[in-house]
Amino acid sequence: MQSSSEINTISKRAARAVGYSWGVAEEVGKCISSIEMFGISGVENLNNYLKTIKGIEPEGPKQIEKTNKLNDKSLCPIYTGLKLIDNYKSVEEIKALKFINLDYPLLLLPFVNKLSYLIGKRIEISIDDINAECNLNSCVLADHQIKSLIIKKANTVKINILENEDSFSSKTWNELYEMSTETFVEETEQSKQTGAGAGLRDND
Amino acid sequence: MLIKVQHRDPNQIMKLSRLGCFHQSKLSFLRSFIREFKDWEFKSEIFELDKEGYGTAVYSVSNKERTYSLVCFANKLDDTERSDRVIATKWDAAFVIHDGLPSKDDIDRLRENVPKQEVGRCSFKELALSRANRSVRVFNHVIDSLSNGIQPNKKLLSEVGYLYRTTAVYGSGKFGLADRYRIKDRPEINGPFRIEMMLVYLVRQFTFDQVNHIAHKKNPNQSVKLDLEISRQLGIGNSTGLGMAPFIINHPALLHQWIYVREEALRQIREIKKVSNDDFEMFKTFLELSKKNISNWNTDSEFQNVKINQLKEDIQKFENNCLNNITVEKEFFWNEMYKWVEKNLTHEGVEYIVSLMMEPYDNIINLLVPQMSSDEDHYFDIPTNRSTDQLKTSIEKSYPDIIRMDFSIDKSNENFWYISKNKEEPRLASRFDEPGSELEQPLAIARDIKELHARLSSHKNEELSKFLEENSDLRHVVRRCHIVEKLPYAEIQDNSIGSELMPIDMLRLKLSFFGAQKFDPRSDKWLRICMYQGAPLMHEINKSNDTWIYN
Repeated sequence: MQSSSEINTISKRAARAVGYSWGVAEEVGKCISSIEMFGISGVENLNNYLKTIKGIEPEGPKQIEKTNKLNDKSLCPIYTGLKLIDNYKSVEEIKALKFINLDYPLLLLPFVNKLSYLIGKRIEISIDDINAECNLNSCVLADHQIKSLIIKKANTVKINILENEDSFSSKTWNELYEMSTETFVEETEQSKQTGAGAGLRDND
Repeated sequence: MLIKVQHRDPNQIMKLSRLGCFHQSKLSFLRSFIREFKDWEFKSEIFELDKEGYGTAVYSVSNKERTYSLVCFANKLDDTERSDRVIATKWDAAFVIHDGLPSKDDIDRLRENVPKQEVGRCSFKELALSRANRSVRVFNHVIDSLSNGIQPNKKLLSEVGYLYRTTAVYGSGKFGLADRYRIKDRPEINGPFRIEMMLVYLVRQFTFDQVNHIAHKKNPNQSVKLDLEISRQLGIGNSTGLGMAPFIINHPALLHQWIYVREEALRQIREIKKVSNDDFEMFKTFLELSKKNISNWNTDSEFQNVKINQLKEDIQKFENNCLNNITVEKEFFWNEMYKWVEKNLTHEGVEYIVSLMMEPYDNIINLLVPQMSSDEDHYFDIPTNRSTDQLKTSIEKSYPDIIRMDFSIDKSNENFWYISKNKEEPRLASRFDEPGSELEQPLAIARDIKELHARLSSHKNEELSKFLEENSDLRHVVRRCHIVEKLPYAEIQDNSIGSELMPIDMLRLKLSFFGAQKFDPRSDKWLRICMYQGAPLMHEINKSNDTWIYN
């Protein structure tokens, strides 16, 4: 088994070898080792993608907009991902974004996961008909099949920033709270006098 | 009244000419390893060597919760095949630290892989990998002597200092070894290179057990064991090439922690108002004892001999003009002494005295040692919402000398760092005489910082995200600028590709933090050192009082 450190180093060097700058290659190394930790085929997807772009100049969107596409070619997942994390404040304002014609879209996933961490909110991502959710760079929830997939191109990738909201109703919360109060001790007159430690009057 | 001592200026301390004068100290990893593990149980578990000393051995280190094991494989090696170069493919012995006690299956698996080193594979159950070669000069002499019932020649042993020297010690995810994140939360590992230090310490014990075994098999009736006092004075040699140099550039956060902790120790010591006589006496005792290590420091390197002589002169000057004229009655004694040292001695002498000043202060050092690890990932993200003006100002503050360097001249660009294809190891070459500079590694930090600073002048008050779109080739140094802003000792404030570069300064910096002594440069690109010379032996480690380095 390759260690995470080996995956990082080899991915970085391979990205540099096909023409990405060292600084970008460093990001690639980190990203690939991170999604491999989640069991997603980062190395397979990267290997395939890097082979397809030898000799051509990959590009990301010129600037981040609601709908992002290039007229004459498909989007590079690495430059698109970097655009997202480098412009995370604009992305947060736009909230829902669409990317048309994106190569090897699973390679975008670790960048979206990092984006989720930078913004501090969970992010839904759909790659055509596959759905995943990135949670503050600490986990990726996805359809089980995503683990072994190599996806050459997505027609549409949508990302949607989720607001920080409870996943439960206030009724459920109140019920749980009531249960938790059963660990408390009922107050008595004496405990009111002596239990808290502070004075009874604060205006002395 | 108290005084407020500032940390020393990174722009002075982080020059290679200064870093290349660092010495071992109480912060060094060899010493902190022994302090951390002295109460663990060290045992020989398996010792299955044939009469010539070839075979398998296992040593364990345990406490109630955990066990680590060194698995050793000693193999026959013709003299013609022995090489310290990293390009070697065979060694006298190969070693691995296994997490736990290895099963028979583990040992069989490791036997197939560990002797192959870089072309074998380890698993997440292994934590460090190494190999070592015998010192031909010493090893056979020791066997011959012991088998004839006499102890070996102490003078020869003292000149060499070890029976074996390692030629690489790998850890943290290399060749399938466990990544650091798997073990970093273990309290005993809370310090850099702990596992590597453990490996070297246990290998040292193996070398003694092996010579005793071979001598006994050679002449069972007459042989004697290597004298314990002689054993204590033997360490493990290490041949270190350029592989270590890029490490300190590629781990800026870790480099900062090492230097910062050293500077913080010095700052706290200089702020002590009333220095006790006992502490001063301890300092003087270790200064006296340490002179033996300097007088036994043998090297053919002219470069190193100049430095050793500088050090000897500095110590003489210090003793005559400072030490003999001061008393601890004076408040902030250490601070006064340090100021004299900084003003009157060379870098060799200053850094030597700084190391010695730490000796009396367990209370300061023991709190600082756990801070000598770092998580590079924590500083990886670039704050792209900042402006180019902010970045430019930050560069001017963090890299004042670097932005004044002139990279339009050839001698500033003389060298380039690359990774060799056949061994995947870092190398240094002349940009103008050798091929491959188009595949240069991103280690020319000063040149790229200078370029970044120049380009920022034509991108006034832009968001960094916009600047990075057009200047992707400088992304790696934009990241570093933000690291060094938070961690001021993260960067070497020198040109790592200039014609005057001495790569061994980078090696010595790292090796001094390991706790190595007797740096012996064999060229400007590699050197030999000795580790654990004077250290307690495995059976007596629990009695160690941390002063063994001066034994």
